Amino acid sequence: MNNQAIHPPQNEPSRIGGRGPAYLRLLWLFACHSLIRDMSFRINFLIECVSSVSWALMNIGFYWIVFRHTRMIGQDTGWGEAEFFVFLATTWFINSLVQTFFMPNAEEFSELIRTGNLDFVLLKPVDTQFLVSFRRMDWSSLSNMLTAGGLMAISLWRLVTRPENPLKIEPIIVVLYVFYVLCGVAILYSVMIGLASTSIWLGRNQSLYDFWFYITNFSRYPMEIYYRGWGKVLWVAFTFVIPVLVVVNVPARLLARPLSPRAWWEWPLAGFAVVATLASLIVSRWVFQRALRSYRSASS
Amino acid sequence: MESAISACHRSSSFRQRLATWWVILRVALEERLVYRGDFALGTLMRFLPIITQIFLWRAVFDAVQTSGRADVAGYRFEDVVAYYLLTMVARAFSSMPGLASGIAASIRNGEVKKFIIQPVDMLGFLLLSRIAHKLAYYSVAVGPFALVFFLCRGFFLDGWPSWPVLAVFCASLVLGFFLGYFIEACIGLIGFWFLEVSSLLFVYMLLNFFLSGHMFPLDMLPGAARQWVDWLPFKYLAYFPAAVFLNKLAFPQMLRGLAIEVAWLVAFVLLSRLAWNRGLRRYSAFGG
Repeated sequence: MNNQAIHPPQNEPSRIGGRGPAYLRLLWLFACHSLIRDMSFRINFLIECVSSVSWALMNIGFYWIVFRHTRMIGQDTGWGEAEFFVFLATTWFINSLVQTFFMPNAEEFSELIRTGNLDFVLLKPVDTQFLVSFRRMDWSSLSNMLTAGGLMAISLWRLVTRPENPLKIEPIIVVLYVFYVLCGVAILYSVMIGLASTSIWLGRNQSLYDFWFYITNFSRYPMEIYYRGWGKVLWVAFTFVIPVLVVVNVPARLLARPLSPRAWWEWPLAGFAVVATLASLIVSRWVFQRALRSYRSASS
Repeated sequence: MESAISACHRSSSFRQRLATWWVILRVALEERLVYRGDFALGTLMRFLPIITQIFLWRAVFDAVQTSGRADVAGYRFEDVVAYYLLTMVARAFSSMPGLASGIAASIRNGEVKKFIIQPVDMLGFLLLSRIAHKLAYYSVAVGPFALVFFLCRGFFLDGWPSWPVLAVFCASLVLGFFLGYFIEACIGLIGFWFLEVSSLLFVYMLLNFFLSGHMFPLDMLPGAARQWVDWLPFKYLAYFPAAVFLNKLAFPQMLRGLAIEVAWLVAFVLLSRLAWNRGLRRYSAFGG
């Protein structure tokens, strides 16, 4: 096989070490390499696509049944069936991006630490966090983008064509939606890389991945549902400390517009989401580098 | 004289067999108790998703109650939460992590040969290890479970059910364990024909998750689907014990449910025997 195409050329360390296009090219190579890997087990790839789509369909089934019994999730929140399905589709957009680009890498990272193979990553003249975060891509996870796209199209169509108070989608909202979906991906990435870094201190961290799953589980529902009783503690913690609640809520709310006119806090929340994204990227970068400093190679 | 010897022989062979079972059980038990700290923490964590479920259903019931109804398909809000907690108990009995894939793997890599050579029945051996696994699990998990149920006791509006209902509940849990075991064993034994059963297992997991009532109380299904699901074996793995505990079923219905469950269990026991015998006949023992 053509090794040269997969690994960065060995004789140009200066270009790889430099900023800018070298990193983009590296990213492109990682993407190609992963796709080649995935395509060498085509049936397996197909099965993985089908299985993630069927999980998604089952989820739609669940909420379909819920909405046979209620018109809305939460009293006067505006999250009716079509609005909530926009929310659900947004969840899947973000999650499938995270699972495609970062999940396999985070899994591999704790393995690299356990086996001591992180040494080889550290030796390369590339930013370690970049290398650790982007090495593998799991293209089959992108299949959920299609399900999400379908669900999104149907739900938006229902919202736009409903007889009373049809939804109007302005171009600026679409741009903001895409921007906030990417912000959401960045926040989840930060949480993930932060948790993965702790495996440098803890050795193995199987239950930390469960932990990641449980934390992101909170992001799957409209944030209003937590805002009651002792749930307010969760609401504050998952908005301001680990900002997973803004991940899906902000873009989905902008697009689906459950409350019309918008509530007064929607734009401040959207502003806060930008701050939260930057803050979580910075904090996770700091945690990652702190963790690397305490790395003591295992084996050999 | 002759018969006395053979009777004596029979009883000693039975005692030997009992001793063998005891050893298998004890070894598996000790194996499992090595990681008890991780176990307890993991069990507690498994209740975390219920928190989001509580908030979701609270919000759903808020909206339902403004339209003047107090329940959804016969469930009050507290009942739904109690239902989810009880399905966790039912799943602790009926779920068999790694069983089918383990059987298929041992067929693929030739490990299954040891059961052909040794005078130990594979399905029996695995059943005993599974019982030991479960016993070890319960002995550790009872702590976190008791804690969570104590904290959530307010959701059980009707308190403890009556003794007969409790007896049916316990019976359904034990039967659920055996049903779960033999269903997964059958899927694993399909490995004699297909070698790789992971995609089949995935389909089973999917159906199980949706149709066992793990995801939502099955009473919420629309009418026609509800009747179909009633005849399938899946509901005994999660829904049935929970529904019994919550007094959702009248006594005759409970007994009918138990009867159907036993029928499914017998069917899967026979099917697994058949698959084992047929499978061995076409097995050609690859690998070391």
